[in-house]
Amino acid sequence: MSARIEPRDPIEAATEGNYKWGFETAIEMEIAPKGLSEDTIRLISAKKDEPEWLLAWRLKAFAAWRETCEPEWAKIKHPPIDYQDLHYYAAPKRKPGPKSLAEVDPELLATYEKLGIPLRERAILAGVEGAEEATPVAIDAVFDSVSVATTFRETLAKAGVIFCPISEAVREHPELVRRYLGSVVPAGDNFFAALNSAVFTDGSFVFVPKGVRCPMELSTYFRINARNTGQFERTLIIAEEGAYVSYLEGCTAPQRDENQLHAAVVELVALDDATIKYSTVQNWYPGDAEGRGGIYNFVTKRGACRGARSKISWTQVETGSAITWKYPSCILQGEESVGEFYSVALTNHHQQADTGTKMIHLGANTKSTIISKGISAGRSNNTYRGLVRMMPRAHGARNFTQCDSLLIGDRCGAHTIPYIESRNPSARVEHEATTSKIADDQLFYCRSRGLSQEDAVNLIVNGFCKDVLKELPMEFAVEAQKLLAVSLEGSVG
Amino acid sequence: MERRAAFAQSGLPSRKLESWRYTDLRPLAALDPIAAPAIVDTTALAADLPALSGPRLVFVNGRRAPALSVAPPSDIIAAGGFVADPARFAALPLAVLNAQFAQEGAEIVVPDRFDAGRLTLVHLTQAEDTTPVFTHLRHRIALGAGATLTLVEYAAGHGVYWHNPVIEITLAPGARLRHIRIQAETQESFHTATLFVDLLAGARYEAFTLGLGARLARSETHARLGGTGAHAALSGAQLLRGNQHGDITSVVAHDAPGCTSRQTVKNVLAGRARGVFQGRIEVARAAQKTDGYQMSQALLLSPEAEIDCKPELEIFADDVKCSHGATIGALDPEQLFYLRARGIPEAAARAMLVRAFLDEAIEGVADGAARALLESAIGGWWEGA
Amino acid sequence: MLEIRGLTAEIDGKPILNGIDLVVPTGEVHAIMGPNGSGKSTLSYVLAGRDGYQVTGGEVRLDGVDLLALAPEERASAGLFLAFQYPVELPGVGNANFLRTALNATRRARGESELDAVQFLKLARAALRDLAMADDMLKRNVNVGFSGGEKKRNEVLQMAILKPKFAILDETDSGLDIDALKIVANGVNALRRPEFSALVITHYQRLLDYIVPDRVHVLAGGRILRSGGPELARALEESGYAGLGLEALGESVS
Repeated sequence: MSARIEPRDPIEAATEGNYKWGFETAIEMEIAPKGLSEDTIRLISAKKDEPEWLLAWRLKAFAAWRETCEPEWAKIKHPPIDYQDLHYYAAPKRKPGPKSLAEVDPELLATYEKLGIPLRERAILAGVEGAEEATPVAIDAVFDSVSVATTFRETLAKAGVIFCPISEAVREHPELVRRYLGSVVPAGDNFFAALNSAVFTDGSFVFVPKGVRCPMELSTYFRINARNTGQFERTLIIAEEGAYVSYLEGCTAPQRDENQLHAAVVELVALDDATIKYSTVQNWYPGDAEGRGGIYNFVTKRGACRGARSKISWTQVETGSAITWKYPSCILQGEESVGEFYSVALTNHHQQADTGTKMIHLGANTKSTIISKGISAGRSNNTYRGLVRMMPRAHGARNFTQCDSLLIGDRCGAHTIPYIESRNPSARVEHEATTSKIADDQLFYCRSRGLSQEDAVNLIVNGFCKDVLKELPMEFAVEAQKLLAVSLEGSVG
Repeated sequence: MERRAAFAQSGLPSRKLESWRYTDLRPLAALDPIAAPAIVDTTALAADLPALSGPRLVFVNGRRAPALSVAPPSDIIAAGGFVADPARFAALPLAVLNAQFAQEGAEIVVPDRFDAGRLTLVHLTQAEDTTPVFTHLRHRIALGAGATLTLVEYAAGHGVYWHNPVIEITLAPGARLRHIRIQAETQESFHTATLFVDLLAGARYEAFTLGLGARLARSETHARLGGTGAHAALSGAQLLRGNQHGDITSVVAHDAPGCTSRQTVKNVLAGRARGVFQGRIEVARAAQKTDGYQMSQALLLSPEAEIDCKPELEIFADDVKCSHGATIGALDPEQLFYLRARGIPEAAARAMLVRAFLDEAIEGVADGAARALLESAIGGWWEGA
Repeated sequence: MLEIRGLTAEIDGKPILNGIDLVVPTGEVHAIMGPNGSGKSTLSYVLAGRDGYQVTGGEVRLDGVDLLALAPEERASAGLFLAFQYPVELPGVGNANFLRTALNATRRARGESELDAVQFLKLARAALRDLAMADDMLKRNVNVGFSGGEKKRNEVLQMAILKPKFAILDETDSGLDIDALKIVANGVNALRRPEFSALVITHYQRLLDYIVPDRVHVLAGGRILRSGGPELARALEESGYAGLGLEALGESVS
């Protein structure tokens, strides 16, 4: 397991401004000029040596993007984004496929070190032979939208699993990419998805063939590095009949005064009896205590449970970004398919999160569970927004939703906006939501047992999030817990 | 004809407005009604009055009907004709329309510490031929400090019409209003009611709204808890069938500390009926120690019925206890079998379970006669099934 | 008289009852014992007419009336009563209203006059006293917030008020302490008269110490494997189902 996000000593963090991952890496970059036009898209496509059909698809997405407006329904506020004032392509300059440590840019290695990636994983990322024996996680590292290294590919290939940058999948497995790309999130689905479809530069591709249980956790590490550069990665995961895969993603960015745009798209496809477990620890730079800087995170994540008894489970711990706009969803098409959404969203200072899920029940006896825990501190606003829809053919379908909000301090906001729609009498929907604060007697009880105020809050917050954290792979859960503690610093008076 | 033109231009809210996403007023726009004409002899409508004794203010086609009314005690001022503050309704197109067209209404003012007992407010609308008509009544109800009133509101009619009343309620400190509303409009009609309730310190507003009638109905309540310790209970039930569309929308704004709000809304939907519940609890920064609770439950009795439900919490104060719940389902087959195994025929067993389903929402109705009226209205719904 | 002949039934295509033959003459109380999964509860639900159980063959007659052709409420009106193993909770339905509605539905079906609230209350209070139950039981919602023992007593109360010709007690003893068991047993015994008969389904001999059956049947694998007098129940208690040589039937005991 990668220990990429390893919070340091909280005291150190507090004195230095909380965000440990805020360094910048001085790697030689190749950057396209600012601005977005058909020419930009042609340039990206050419850089990637893409087939004609993909360029056409991008251009169609771009046309759709120009026809749509930024959505306004979310409870978020930000100054207008100038889409012409961004770079849409930035890549670390390097020779393709470093074969030894010496070939890897030393700055990149230094970055891994700062990120707390254990040495042997660094070696794996750097491509040193023989380094793959010890650790059970395969990692794809994406820097500014370009995949720089993917580990364990041979071990995975033996099992029949494809795990590679999506740009490579376009070249090596065009039939798979062409078949599934945009099949869950169409090119023109929404403003940000259309933008991503037009300009995405890289991301991860996973294909687990029929009957294969992926032998290890797959992990992608996303890092925004370059200044004024939008990051638009695209992830596509396909689990064929009876396949199983657990996928983790982690995200960080440097500390900057200006806002950076991130608009990713993730598509998951699960066929009969397949299971995809998708876990995210999102720790993009949230901006400083005054609300300067931070990532604008507009993400479209959607999974299609196409097959009978298929299952897609989203788990997310969202502590970063100035703005989070994200609704990992499940289209429950196959009979008896299962969708799950487990979420912790913590906002502090001036962060704004509008996040939740959509569970669209199409098939009979489909089942979904939503557990959402929102924690608001500082002057932040935290909104759960979710849709549960039971379509006429969803006989015997079930949904259970639990949304809890916790407020820390009286300058923040916690909002719950569920949309619940049912058109089938045999479908059953249950929704519960609560809002509360940390009770004084809980705090007092902890403190009378010797805990500091801050430790007591962390303890209670972790308890509040337990139902979600337990869904994460264990080591990730430990990281997530520490991350919550670090993100809360300065919120308790 | 002048009015008709004004109506056409007025711009009914479209589904693009978030608060109207589940209710489509295009059928109302297509109705193209004219202002309801005066009914000279209203006595024939006596049969439409609810079976409740005591003082009664009756409006027919938007005008007072003294022949059908029973004067309230002289302590209560029940006048009409006043000027409303349109600025307040700017964001609410239907209230704006009402402000444009309303000419009459009741003004009920209960003096401080006076127990005004029960008063019934009846709206009857009658379209005389096939031409659809509209009425826009505007009522004001003000209770003085410590005053109490039980207000039963009843709406019914004949033919095709649109009834669009606005009621403004202000409750002075310690006042208590029990408000029972029965909407039994014709199956061809449109009913859109907007209520504004302002509560000062320690005031109590306890409402129960029963929606049975109308082809399309919306009951929208904006309650503002503006004084410490105020309490609002907004319960309601809709029993719909056929192609009926019923929408219960509410916004409860907690603006002062230590207030409580309770809301239990039940939808019973048969045929191709569509029920909507939108309920928002807003807690302002100042409203510490707020205790808000909301429950929305729906029973779908047929495969073509639909429920859309949007319970919302918007909270800016930290020391609060707010929760909501929503459930949607069918009648429980286990319960149905249990009743039948005790000899209760299926139809009666269903009615019994539906009545039990409504119980939690109705149990707060304290006035015996009003409750009996509700029970018989619900009982009548089954007979129409 | 209840006559069950060649009764077979299945759930979701899986056979559970594999040919039950059983006659309970009027005035008698019979017990059915059997291991878990033998089909005891299925038999009681099939007799009461619950959905989800497909009768694939055989017939059931109560005093000549074909029960299987009737809706559940018609079976109740015909005099059948099932005391549920797991009584169902009915939030919002008051016990008094429920009982009176059930009683009047049954009386109406039998061509008897309905009882008004006063007459009913008199009858119900007397029944409550006999079962050592508090009057406030009538005000509570049916089985909501009841303890296990209260639920079972409520079943017996309903039986006392509805006065069926034929009662099935499905594991009425489960979850009862000894005092509650005696009260329930006394309630059942109070109904014993020449025109009443019952089928007591139980796992243990214990209940049969208080409700002494005329006949005992052992059910396993969806068939009646043994029948005998009360002594059969005692033999079962001592040596278990295995002691009766039922293990030889493999599939039926497992």
